[in-house]
Amino acid sequence: MTNENYKSIDTDLLIIGAGGSGLRAAVEAINSGVSVTILSKSLLGKAHTVMAEGGIAASLGDVDPEDNWKVHFKDTMVEGVYISDWRLVEKLAKEAPDRVYELERMGALFDRTPEKKIMQRAFGAHTYRRLCHVGDKTGLELLRTLEDKILHSSNVKIMDEVFVTKLIKKNDKVIGAVGLDMKTGEFIAINSKSTIIAGGGCGRIYEVTSNSWESTGDGIALAFDAGAELMDMEMMQFHPTGMVWPPGVRGLLVTEGVRGEGGLLYNTKGERFMLRYSPQKKELDARDVVARAIYNEIQEGRGTEHGGVLLDISYKGKDFIMKKLPGMYMQFKEFAGVDITKEKMEVGPTTHYFMGGIKVDTETNSTNVKGLFAVGEAAAGVHGANRLGGNSLADLLVFGKYVGINASAYAKTANLEKIPEAEIKDEIKRVSEFINPNGINPYSLTEKLRKTMSENVGIVRNEQNMQKALSVILDIKKEYKNIGVGGNLQYNPGLLQCLELHSMLEISELLVRGAIMRKESRGAHYRSDYPKKDKKWLKNIVFKKNEDKVESSTFLPPEMPPYLKEILPEETYE
Amino acid sequence: MNKEVKMNVYRFDPNKDKEGKFQEFTVPVKEGMVVLDAVHYIENNMDPTLGVRWNCKAARCGSCAAEINGKPSLMCKTRVDSLGDKIHVAPMKAFPIVKDLVTDVSRNWEIARKIPEFTPKKGLKEPWQIAEIDVSRSREFRNCIECFLCQDVCHVIREHDKDYIGPRFMVKAASLDTHPLDSINRSKFLHEEGGAGYCNITKCCQSVCPEHIAITDNAIIPEKESIVDSYYDPVTMLFKKIRGKHGQ
Repeated sequence: MTNENYKSIDTDLLIIGAGGSGLRAAVEAINSGVSVTILSKSLLGKAHTVMAEGGIAASLGDVDPEDNWKVHFKDTMVEGVYISDWRLVEKLAKEAPDRVYELERMGALFDRTPEKKIMQRAFGAHTYRRLCHVGDKTGLELLRTLEDKILHSSNVKIMDEVFVTKLIKKNDKVIGAVGLDMKTGEFIAINSKSTIIAGGGCGRIYEVTSNSWESTGDGIALAFDAGAELMDMEMMQFHPTGMVWPPGVRGLLVTEGVRGEGGLLYNTKGERFMLRYSPQKKELDARDVVARAIYNEIQEGRGTEHGGVLLDISYKGKDFIMKKLPGMYMQFKEFAGVDITKEKMEVGPTTHYFMGGIKVDTETNSTNVKGLFAVGEAAAGVHGANRLGGNSLADLLVFGKYVGINASAYAKTANLEKIPEAEIKDEIKRVSEFINPNGINPYSLTEKLRKTMSENVGIVRNEQNMQKALSVILDIKKEYKNIGVGGNLQYNPGLLQCLELHSMLEISELLVRGAIMRKESRGAHYRSDYPKKDKKWLKNIVFKKNEDKVESSTFLPPEMPPYLKEILPEETYE
Repeated sequence: MNKEVKMNVYRFDPNKDKEGKFQEFTVPVKEGMVVLDAVHYIENNMDPTLGVRWNCKAARCGSCAAEINGKPSLMCKTRVDSLGDKIHVAPMKAFPIVKDLVTDVSRNWEIARKIPEFTPKKGLKEPWQIAEIDVSRSREFRNCIECFLCQDVCHVIREHDKDYIGPRFMVKAASLDTHPLDSINRSKFLHEEGGAGYCNITKCCQSVCPEHIAITDNAIIPEKESIVDSYYDPVTMLFKKIRGKHGQ
């Protein structure tokens, strides 16, 4: 069924994604006076950012006065295992405090210290108590605050439940996008001077994930298809603690805040096993370390019948838990029938955050494609091989502001081009052809992909399994050509799954290819056949599409200046 | 536990249907299954075109609001085993239907735009100093996930529409009014534009809130009292003029 009608919209700046990074960019862009159009796959205010629980990492020093940006810089570089781009990390560490205060001035209400300052909690591998938080619902407060700001602004158009299917280029510059308004089944062509990808991550390429429905990597795939470089694609973070029971909520996040507030991990023998794996940092070591420890305990038979270990916060007492972790209390009570003020939680690793993504210029957040910018989880470079808790919200505030400023400045110098009608019609035809009741069910292919990724490219990887995964992915790609669903273009989840599966396949393939290339273990990327870190791999892997061929290369940021070198302990290799 | 459940799902496709009807699907039951799991089962295995809006599947985003056996509820949070062996799922009635279980909730953003935004007091020293006890008054209202179940159940909105902003936005106003450093009084707005007077405190909104916000008790009633004070009590008006809003 083809619907050749479409609506045309002109805008200075197009933002794809209405999560924290997209909305923070929008606030800045609106202030700079350009016209802004925000497209969101989900309903406004529902983006995955609302799931962020623990807090925003910023070295205010409100609780631990010894803290400062240098320590935050060091923690982030060390735990990213030295492949984060120091230029981005320096900005993150230096500017996060101002972005937190700014958010507070926009109306966000943080938990407080007795001295009426912003309360900060401990989190894994942060030297000091650093996470500014709102109970365990920090992301919700952040997103609501930004949403409010935007709803009260003029010169901004929000179009939600629109799926962008293609970025359109002319003379190597992105001039806009074509999308499908799911609510009406109508196509939209947006002519934009400048475009930001703020489309989030891709946790849903795995079976067990803490990510929302929307996290299928669409923004990253759009950019890749438009010729943008992607980096660190092998770096997927597995959060140590997701729910494991009941099956319907398997993977749902159990905030690191539980451990930050004193939660202890036990195996079924009653042993506090983190003392063995990490005598210094214990439960609060970096996520990759704790996730692998839990994985090992379960593999070696000391896990629960549902495949988890036990996390206990009950000893802190009901009042404390209700104040600090009310969301967790409700989550376990309502989904699992477990009272965490009395009982232990059953937890296991869950796919959580994508450190890789679109490679950006460290000054402007622009990509290698003219007119195209990227930010947030869709962008790479800040978190290296392992993200610290709280650094994602800091990332989206700090770089959301940067990309908003830079993409607006670019829009002011660029001309508005009209997307040629023929290109729009071609894209409408391509998308409409998924409406085919005799096509292969997109859900069964998606399930096959997710299962393959979980079984073969998870916390512990090896060459053989990854080759297997790669061949399955390539097979699914062939089957994808015959995918289709019945019905029509309006609010058709099956159609959406067809479109998303393209993104998921692109990303999965690059993730596996990167993981096969990186013959070492570093941060979240752990290979049983190369269990050690290798100095040869102190660099980033970059992918780029050239015509229909995928090219890979490696990247090394420029040498760090002495004032940063002296903050950072030298990297050691066995 | 039953091995199967009959799911009666409301179907309406504006492209071909004049009116909606329930369609029955038989779905195998798994332990701990919620209604959204059952709807996904249908979507993945029986009819991929079934229109449903969802996102986090963790009761944190508020996308999957529906009427389950007549009660406004979140699909992701309602256990199948709490409902017996026949389940009816229908879209929210207070909003125009888009397709199947999906409704058009955009009216809410129009209301949100009208509510006077957070406006900090002038001349505050930075960084701001705020006591935890003052934060805690506002906290409850900020837990709102905007599922709009309260708007759906509100009989003023269902039956009279238009003039009342609804429980969600009484909560929004309360979340701003209780911000310790906010400087404006929203009583005038709530009274003259927000239609707060239409609410006759039946507490239905409060009973369906998945975040357990005491919408009527803690947001609507105090806001109504504040309106009464602003409009009809000269002593309070004078007091407020001298001391700032809410006499604090």
